[in-house]
Amino acid sequence: MDFNLSKEQLLVRQLVRDFAENEVKPIAAEIDETERFPRETVEKMAKVGLFGINIPKQYGGAGGDDLSYYIAVEEIAKVCATTAIILSAHNSLCSGPILAYGTEEQKQKYLVPLAKGEKLGAFALTEPNAGTDSAAQETSAVLDGDHWILNGSKCFITNGGQADTYIIIAMTDKSKGNRGISAFIVEKDTPGFTIGKLEHKMGIRASATAELIFDNCIIPKENLLGEVNKGFKIAMNTLDGGRIGVAAQALGIAEGAFDEAVKYMNERVQFRKKISSFQGLQWMCADMKCSIESARLLVYRAAACKQAGKDFQEEAAMAKLSASRTAMDVTTKCVQLFGGYGYSREYPVERMMRDAKITEIYEGTSQVQQMVIAGRIFK
Amino acid sequence: MKLIVCIKQVPNTVEVKLDPATGRLIRDGVPNIINPDDKNALEEALRIKDENPGTTVTVLSMGPAQADVAMREALAMGADEAILLSDRAFGGSDTWATSYIIATAIKKINDFDIIFCGRQAIDGDTAQVGPQIAEQLNIPQITYVEELTVSGDKVTARRKLEEGYSVVEAKMPVLITAIKELNTPRYMTPAGIFDAYKKEVKVWGFDDVPVDPEKIGLKGSPTNVRNTFSPDAKGHGMMLDGADRMTVKNLFDRLDEKHLL
Repeated sequence: MDFNLSKEQLLVRQLVRDFAENEVKPIAAEIDETERFPRETVEKMAKVGLFGINIPKQYGGAGGDDLSYYIAVEEIAKVCATTAIILSAHNSLCSGPILAYGTEEQKQKYLVPLAKGEKLGAFALTEPNAGTDSAAQETSAVLDGDHWILNGSKCFITNGGQADTYIIIAMTDKSKGNRGISAFIVEKDTPGFTIGKLEHKMGIRASATAELIFDNCIIPKENLLGEVNKGFKIAMNTLDGGRIGVAAQALGIAEGAFDEAVKYMNERVQFRKKISSFQGLQWMCADMKCSIESARLLVYRAAACKQAGKDFQEEAAMAKLSASRTAMDVTTKCVQLFGGYGYSREYPVERMMRDAKITEIYEGTSQVQQMVIAGRIFK
Repeated sequence: MKLIVCIKQVPNTVEVKLDPATGRLIRDGVPNIINPDDKNALEEALRIKDENPGTTVTVLSMGPAQADVAMREALAMGADEAILLSDRAFGGSDTWATSYIIATAIKKINDFDIIFCGRQAIDGDTAQVGPQIAEQLNIPQITYVEELTVSGDKVTARRKLEEGYSVVEAKMPVLITAIKELNTPRYMTPAGIFDAYKKEVKVWGFDDVPVDPEKIGLKGSPTNVRNTFSPDAKGHGMMLDGADRMTVKNLFDRLDEKHLL
C-alpha cells in the first residue's frame, strides 16, 4: 500500500494551492458578504485549465486523473467553499455524465467547451417535492416528433442561472417510477427555459443556487443523454462522483479552518502565554487533526476507486459522511478556539462554519449516505 | 528564436525559520521553489515564445537531483526542453565556478539568441551568476530589466535603476537579468503538469560538459566562506509623537546627539 501522492498530483496541488492563495482567498470574504457570484474567478480557473483536469485530452481536458481533480477542489475549499462547489458542480455533475454517457457528437459539442471552461455546467435533479426522494420527479419530458418538450421546475440548482449547459433529469414515463426517468442536455437561452428565484443561503453564499423553470421548453431529440428511461441510474451514478467532490470540499473547509486556528493559537496571548501552550486546547487540535486525516484517507480512497473503474458508491458515501461531519465538527471547534473573534466576521472561521453545514445536506444528506452504507452492510 | 532560461531551485525563505537557540536557519521541511526572479525570467521567455511562433524555450539549471521538480514545473509552465546540470563534481562551486559550468553547457547547446536569468536568488542574494555567464560567453548583458521588446535581431530593454531607469539596446545574442517588475509569471496548467512528466529532463554530468576539473567545485571557487553568522539585533527605535515645535526640536536634538545632522 502506498499512501504517497504521485509527482503529478503533488504539482497539481502546488498549482491549485498557489492559485487559491493568490486569486481566490483575497475575495472570499467579500463575495460571501455580498452574495456575488465570482465570475472573474471562473474565467481565471478556465484560463489555468482547472475545469478539465480529469477530462481526456481528446475532449479538451488535461488528461489527468480523478484524484488530481478532487485535490483541486480540496485546495480551493481551504480558502473558499463557494468557489470549490462551482468547480465541483461543473465537473462532477455536468462534464462527468456527458463523458460517461454522452454520444461522440454530444461530447464534441458540449464536453469540449465545458472542459476548456468556455462554458459553465450545472445538473438539475432536485425539485420542490423530490429531494431525498429523488425518484418522485414531476418535471416531464414528452417526445414530439424530432424534439422533446420539457415542463416543470427544479430547485436548489448549483450554478443555476450562471451555467450555460444543464443536465436535466425528467420523467419520461410516469407509470414506471424511477424506471421512467431520463436525462437531457439543455442549453441556457433555450425558449421555454427560464431562471426563477435565487436562494439566499446560510453559507456558500456566493454560489448561485437557483430555481429552473421549464414551460414547454423544446429541445432537439438528440439532446437525450444516454437511453430513454435510464436517467435515474445516470443521476445516481453522477451523484456518486459528485459526492467525492463534496467530500473533498468538506475536507478542504476543515483543513482551512484548522490552519487558521493553529495560526491564531500561536499568536493569541492570554494569561501571558500563547493559547497554543494550553494542553486542553492542544488536545482539541490533536482530535481535529485525527478527524481530518481520517477523512482524507476516505476521500482519496474513494477517488482512487473511481479512477480504477471499480464500484465506488459505498466509498463515496463513507467519504462524504465522514468528511462533512469532520467539516462541521472542526469548524465549530475552530470558532470556539477563536472565542469572540471567531464569532466575528473579522476572521474567516465563522464563514467556514456556515459553509460547512451544506456539505451534510447537498448531493445526498448524511442520512442518505448512511442508507447507502447500511444498504451494503445488510444487503 | 532560441531562448535559454537559467533557473535555480531555492528553499522558500518565506517559510524558513530561525533556530532561537543557535540563530541558524532551519531548512528541514522547508519547501523548495523556483527562485522568484527566475520565474520572471521564464515568463518573459514564454511571452516571447507566445508572440513569436517557432520560438523554443530551454530551461537550464545546476543543482542536485531534487531540482528535477523545478524543471518539471518550468515544463508545466510551457518550456519546451529542460537540462539539469547535476554531478557531485559540481558541488561546492561558488558563483564563478557555477557560471563557468553553466556557460560551458550553453556553449554545448551552442544555438541561442537570448539567455534569461533572474536578477538574484533569494538564498544567496549575490546577483552574480547572470552577469558572470555573459562574461564567460563574451556576449552583451542587460541587467535589472523591467521591460523588454524584441525586434529583428535586437532587443530593447528598460533597466530599473535606483534613481530612475535607462533604456538600452543590444544585438542578439544577449543575456538579460529579470526583476519582478518585468511581468507576472503564469501558473502551470494541469495539462502542462501531466505532459511534463512524460517529457525527458536531460541530466548532464561532468562527463557531458567539457569543463576543466580545476575550475569547478570547491577547488575552482575563488570565494572562501570564513564564517556565517546572524548580525546583532539592532536596538529598538524610538517614536516621537506630536507635530508641535517641541517634538521637532526634540527630534533634531537627538539626531544631533548621534551626529546625524
